[in-house]
Amino acid sequence: MTRRIVTGAHYGLRDWLAQRITALVLAVGSVVVIGALLWSGPITYPVWKELFSHGAMRVATLLVAVALAWHAWVGVRDILMDYIKPDGLRLALHVAVLLAIAGWLGWTVEILWG
Amino acid sequence: MASAAAKKSRPKYLSLSALLFEIRLPVTGWVSILHRVSGALLFFAAFWLLWMLDRSLSGPEGFEQIKRYVALWPVKLALLVIAWAFCHHFCAGLRFLLLDLEKGVDKTSARRSGWAVLAASLALTAGFGWKLW
Repeated sequence: MTRRIVTGAHYGLRDWLAQRITALVLAVGSVVVIGALLWSGPITYPVWKELFSHGAMRVATLLVAVALAWHAWVGVRDILMDYIKPDGLRLALHVAVLLAIAGWLGWTVEILWG
Repeated sequence: MASAAAKKSRPKYLSLSALLFEIRLPVTGWVSILHRVSGALLFFAAFWLLWMLDRSLSGPEGFEQIKRYVALWPVKLALLVIAWAFCHHFCAGLRFLLLDLEKGVDKTSARRSGWAVLAASLALTAGFGWKLW
C-alpha cells in the first residue's frame, strides 16, 4: 500500500471535473437550441427579438455562456501548457485568453440586457 | 572506443520524414488531436458568432444585414467548417466522457468508437451543409 500525501493547490482535479460538468451543460444546451431551431419555422426579426426578450431565455443563455467560458478557459489553457514552453510567452497568452473570455462574457451580458 | 553496437545503423524514428510519412497516429489519436484542433477553432469562432448574434438582435436592419451576410458563399463555407468543429468536438467529447466512466476502454471498442465519432461528425456536418444550401 502506498501512502501518498497529496500536496499542492488541488486545482487539477477541480478543473478536470469542471471541464466535464460544463461539457454536459453545453451538450444539453446546444441540443436544445439546435432542436428548437429545427422545430421552428423560418425565423423573422420579431420572432428572434421576442425569443430573447424572455427572462428565462436570457438567464439560460447566460448560463450556457458561463459554462462555455469556463470550459474554453480550461481547454485553451491545457493546449497552451502543452505546446508553449517559454514561461513569459505562456503567461502572456494565458492573460490574453482570460481577457478575451472575460470580454465575450461581458459582451454576452450586454447583448442580452443592453 | 567504437563498439560493434554503436556502428549498427539504427532506425531514426524522429526524423521529419518519419514524423510525416512513417509514424501513423491510430484513429483514436486522430480523434484526440482533432478534439483539440476543433476546440481551438471554436474558441476563435465564438467571437464571430457573438458578433453575428449582436448584430441580428440590434434591430430589423441588423437582422436583415446578417441574413444577407450569411447567404454569401465564403461565410457559408466558414460556417460549415465551424459546424464540423462543433460536431466533432461534441461527438468526441461524449466519447471521452464515456471513456472517463471506463466504458469502451479496450482497444477494439476504443478504435471502433473512434471511427464512429469521425463518421458521425462528418454526417452531422453534411446535414448542416444540406440545411445551409
